[in-house]
Amino acid sequence: MGMTMSQKILAKHAGLSEVSEGQLIKAKLDMVLANDITGPVAINEFNKAGFCGIFDKSRISLVMDHFVPNKDIKAAAQCKQCREFAGKYDIVNFYDAGEMGIEHALLPEKGLIAPGELCIGADSHTCTYGALGAFSTGVGSTDMAAGMASGEAWFKVPAAIRFNLYGKLRKYVSGKDVILHIIGKIGVDGALYKSMEFGGDGLSALSVDDRLCMANMAIEAGAKNGIFEVDNITLKYVNERVKRGYECFTADDDAIYCETYDIDLSEIKQTVAFPHLPENTRTEEDFGDIKIDQAVIGSCTNGRISDMIAAAEVFKGKHVAKGVRCIVIPATQKVYLECVRMGLAEIFINAGCVFSTPTCGPCLGGHMGILAAGERAISTTNRNFVGRMGHPESEVYLASPTVAAASAAAGKIMGYNG
Amino acid sequence: MSKLAARGIVHKYGNNVDTDVIIPARYLNTSDPKELASHCMEDIDKEFVNKVKRGDIIVGKDNFGCGSSREHAPIAIKESGISCVIACTFARIFYRNAINIGLPILECSQAANEIKAGDEVDINFDSGRITDITTGRVYTAEPFPDFIKDIIDKGGLLNSIKK
Repeated sequence: MGMTMSQKILAKHAGLSEVSEGQLIKAKLDMVLANDITGPVAINEFNKAGFCGIFDKSRISLVMDHFVPNKDIKAAAQCKQCREFAGKYDIVNFYDAGEMGIEHALLPEKGLIAPGELCIGADSHTCTYGALGAFSTGVGSTDMAAGMASGEAWFKVPAAIRFNLYGKLRKYVSGKDVILHIIGKIGVDGALYKSMEFGGDGLSALSVDDRLCMANMAIEAGAKNGIFEVDNITLKYVNERVKRGYECFTADDDAIYCETYDIDLSEIKQTVAFPHLPENTRTEEDFGDIKIDQAVIGSCTNGRISDMIAAAEVFKGKHVAKGVRCIVIPATQKVYLECVRMGLAEIFINAGCVFSTPTCGPCLGGHMGILAAGERAISTTNRNFVGRMGHPESEVYLASPTVAAASAAAGKIMGYNG
Repeated sequence: MSKLAARGIVHKYGNNVDTDVIIPARYLNTSDPKELASHCMEDIDKEFVNKVKRGDIIVGKDNFGCGSSREHAPIAIKESGISCVIACTFARIFYRNAINIGLPILECSQAANEIKAGDEVDINFDSGRITDITTGRVYTAEPFPDFIKDIIDKGGLLNSIKK
């Protein structure tokens, strides 16, 4: 029986020639990830269980990104706990303030993820790495602790939904608009427990940054993972970063999909998800007259260099509207440095934006841009749940960097057409 | 999840109860279960922490626990004294986390749709039987697959993988 891409990767890592939907398997892990929020819970569980060693010091990543630079004493204690654990077990991929980036931008950039690999992370947006043709999924801290100790995790083999992409994106429309469009179409539980597999001729028009953004938000449709077919664009990106061998998997011709969607990229419009669910999408003509107090441009969804370039294009010669705060956060130190070198930092600062060191900060209402009661933000992040960015009576609207920047300049939610 | 039965009063919620309302990120600078429990459900139901009693049951609808992977969410619910969460469906990371930390959860659409806030409900985990004592109606939830039962029987994931 034919297998999907995800099923083939799981079969390989379980040492099986074949797996099928619903089967429960144990599989070997190539990478196990946690951050400064989920890491401490995992470390507590690891210690409580009495484990005395880790499976592989080069296959664990601990990234201090959520409340970093430390926002308060408790956050500092959580990072300290991770730092000491990483020291004790000589964990190679421990990233602290100064070297860190937002985990899901950092790991691909550092070449820590390759096609065909199997990764779990104690962060729901671990599904991002499917953009590179890996099977990657979010888990909790106990799974993370077990993964660190044993190098294995249990999985229920998922069914898959296939997305055939064709056509070319219009100018100023990005991967963010595509994934918001898809979530609007299938709903926040439209892919519950399933894989979202993306392929088709349209891939040639999607950059790796677009794909990372789309796979990142697979979880917002409830998916177990999002995964892209590997093509020359993937291989170019990976071969510049990954020095080890890897294997690319393709779905069988007779792979079974529970649903198939054909998506014409040329028809996708600039899209915004209104409060309080990512599925509440509206396109440009229906944005209405929504005044904003804040714009956030960054995060594991849209903090990469192409996102910074897109936002800077809008801000060139413009200023953030009076009464609006705009916070721009490159996702990694490398992206930050590129912003400086390319003159983007200057554009942001001249436009009146905050230009910050990498952090997840405002996305989850942690720090660096919390909303008061009644305030509204447009944000390139991934969730607009009640209270996500601060007070339970605040609102978050999800958008691409282009739309967020245009909205910051206009003081209200706006599309952008040059 | 070694206990065989639960009985308590129902706290009822709707679709897509996300982990940000179960435990807002502003409280994630601690992993202490008691502190987490003191803010449980704060952004969806401010009164929850005052009215919840040991043994009580949460009933949600579709996609319960969606959003972040924070294990702090099932930990906060468990530490609040909740003996079981019943929903039509659970978001998958929440589902794993609940099993891994020993918070009993059951998927049963009919029960999740019909049981009302304030009802007294009795659950038998062996048979998956859910009895609404207030209305007298009886429901049966999907039993866990053996693979997951084994994790539960061994006292959670970490105990199950220890040699």
